[in-house]
Amino acid sequence: MSEAIKKVAMEVSDEVAIQITDMNKWYGDFHVLKDINITVNRGERIVVCGPSGSGKSTLIRCINRLEVHQRGKIVVDGTELTSDLKNIDKIRSEVGMCFQHFNLFPHLTILENCTLAPIWVRKTPKKEAEEIAMHFLEKVKIPEQALKYPGQLSGGQQQRVAIARSLCMKPRIMLFDEPTSALDPEMIAEVLDTMVELAEEGMTMIVVTHEMGFARKVANRVIFMDQGQIVEQNEPEEFFNNPKSERTQLFLSQILGH
Amino acid sequence: MTDHSFVRTEMLPEQPAPLGETGILLWLKTNMFSGIANSIASVVTIVIIYILAKEIILWGYQPSWGLGSVRACFDDPNVTGACWGVIPERFNQLMYGFYPKDEQWRINLSFFLMVAAIAPVLFNKIPRKAIYFSLLYPFIAFWLIWGDSIWGPIAALAGFAIAYGAIRVLNPVAGAIVGITTGVLLALVWWLFAAVPASVIVNGVIPIELEVVQSRNIGGLTLSVIIGISGIALSFPIGVILALGRQSDMFIVKVLCVGFIEFIRGVPLITLLFVASILLNYFLPPGTSFDLLLRVVIVVTLFSAAYLAEVVRGGLAALPTGQYEAADALGLDYWKSMRLIIMPQALKISIPGIVSNFIGLFKDTTLVSIIGLLDPVGLINAIRGTAEWKGILWELYIFLALMFWIFTFAMSRYSMYLERKLKTGH
Ligand SMILES: Nc1ncnc2c1ncn2[C@@H]1O[C@H](COP(=O)(O)OP(=O)(O)OP(=O)(O)O)[C@@H](O)[C@H]1O
Ligand SMILES: [Mg+2]
Repeated sequence: MSEAIKKVAMEVSDEVAIQITDMNKWYGDFHVLKDINITVNRGERIVVCGPSGSGKSTLIRCINRLEVHQRGKIVVDGTELTSDLKNIDKIRSEVGMCFQHFNLFPHLTILENCTLAPIWVRKTPKKEAEEIAMHFLEKVKIPEQALKYPGQLSGGQQQRVAIARSLCMKPRIMLFDEPTSALDPEMIAEVLDTMVELAEEGMTMIVVTHEMGFARKVANRVIFMDQGQIVEQNEPEEFFNNPKSERTQLFLSQILGH
Repeated sequence: MTDHSFVRTEMLPEQPAPLGETGILLWLKTNMFSGIANSIASVVTIVIIYILAKEIILWGYQPSWGLGSVRACFDDPNVTGACWGVIPERFNQLMYGFYPKDEQWRINLSFFLMVAAIAPVLFNKIPRKAIYFSLLYPFIAFWLIWGDSIWGPIAALAGFAIAYGAIRVLNPVAGAIVGITTGVLLALVWWLFAAVPASVIVNGVIPIELEVVQSRNIGGLTLSVIIGISGIALSFPIGVILALGRQSDMFIVKVLCVGFIEFIRGVPLITLLFVASILLNYFLPPGTSFDLLLRVVIVVTLFSAAYLAEVVRGGLAALPTGQYEAADALGLDYWKSMRLIIMPQALKISIPGIVSNFIGLFKDTTLVSIIGLLDPVGLINAIRGTAEWKGILWELYIFLALMFWIFTFAMSRYSMYLERKLKTGH
């Protein structure tokens, strides 16, 4: 890995976007997340990696409360996540999320997928919502598919639609849970390109991924998790070239294949 | 570029495929005579069908349509089979029961209006505004069929308007809970105490009345359609709510829904109909006569709703959790995600089950003959008891089967149409 990687320039502000303090979560007796502490500033791009079952998905799903944590504190954009439904809906409409399996709504067209939440959650007039949707579909380079159904698109296209659908809500934070791991190799690039663009515009992002090239290029911090704990976090250069813990070294040697 | 002089420059005209490779012969060859076993099966089946069809046609093709009794058919040397005279003679009864002859136009009108009211529900090509007529239709049909003053159904409708108005006014000022509670309470007060006197007073000033027809005079296919359509229309929303309730996180809601569904599914419909016809009277305050037909509609509705709930639950269970999560992640609340994301997909998956449930309900309406209602089966029993038509059997049941088949076949075709229309994958 000698070739120079063109880093995405970044502007990280002092403003805190997400603050996770001593967060713990259990599934029954199973302690999935142990004493998690993370602070994410606005404009930061964080890549989370780690072996399967280490709790990466659970962690980012706690941030928009698809999963409920039992102990500790999560504050998103100044609002603490509690069981108060109002807060949850508010946070969810400000935090976009993309899933491994896209989760587009198969009974709606691409355009309707994108306009649904703005119309019903934000009460945007239909016409305006459609304009916004077309804008973002153009951004992810598939405006011509607007009237098709998700089932008629390729995986890469579907994932880009899923990104556009989240963007239509004008989120301040985007969460990605292995957005490319269900895709064929030739489609991975098109989705990653879209995400890089998003990063260039200064979106705050937390990305669970094993695409280390993407991490080097985009992330300003890589977090390595194992067995529910944050084992190590560092700038990408340091993280990849000079991993501190043995577990990280082992993981990197497996994933980078040397 | 090399010169390929051997390449043909113009296309040959298409030629018909050799005989036996096309059209009906090809079809026969591939579908009926593709092998020895298939050929034998085909020949045997054709022979059996031929024999059956011949017998049925010989029995059914009779010049007996004008004859007035079983005796007449028996005495007529030309009639050697079916005695069809019973159908034209009793046609009116089989359709309308004992509904007064001069008023039967009301049933016909209700039926045509029903078609108009159902159309916008079934087909989304019809302008959406037409759905308002569908919502009004139950009140119109009620008035047309049972008669009496038009102000009764209008007063009932006014109750909904009152609730709606109160909710619209109060929700922004006092919040949804206060608004909805007040609205429902106002409507209840109106219905219980004010609706009847109000309609009587208004009718005194502007009398618009139709002759009253008692429920016990409504019979025949009319009765089956009334029970069937009301049951279908009412059990659908109740079934959906029950299915959602069964999945609810709220313990009480869940227990109530599961309890209701399992209870209803554990009891035969006939038992419930007997409960409706006999037992309910003990529970009602003395002197109130709660229309038997109405009770039957309620029982049939609840019965069908319980089954429907399970069908819809199957659809809900078939949806990947990713759909719920994506809806949540976009910030949709529970009811919006159910209405916009989950239910459209769950119902689509459940269409075949829902429609066979409705077909079953429609045919089960004939069970009401057991509690003395004059649906077609009840009427047939009565007709077979008369002196003229004693012993007649097949003719009436064939006719009945045909009438029901028209309705149920239409339903199953519609379900296939809907499935095709909603298909969005590749
Ligand atoms: N609903 C659940 N109930 C019980 N255990 C669960 C549940 N969801 C996840 N787990 C367990 O929690 C642990 C962490 O799961 P998680 O999905 O967060 O892992 P991950 O790091 O995202 O793994 P992968 O890379 O395979 O996606 C796993 O051991 C998993 O088996
Ligand atoms: Mg995961």
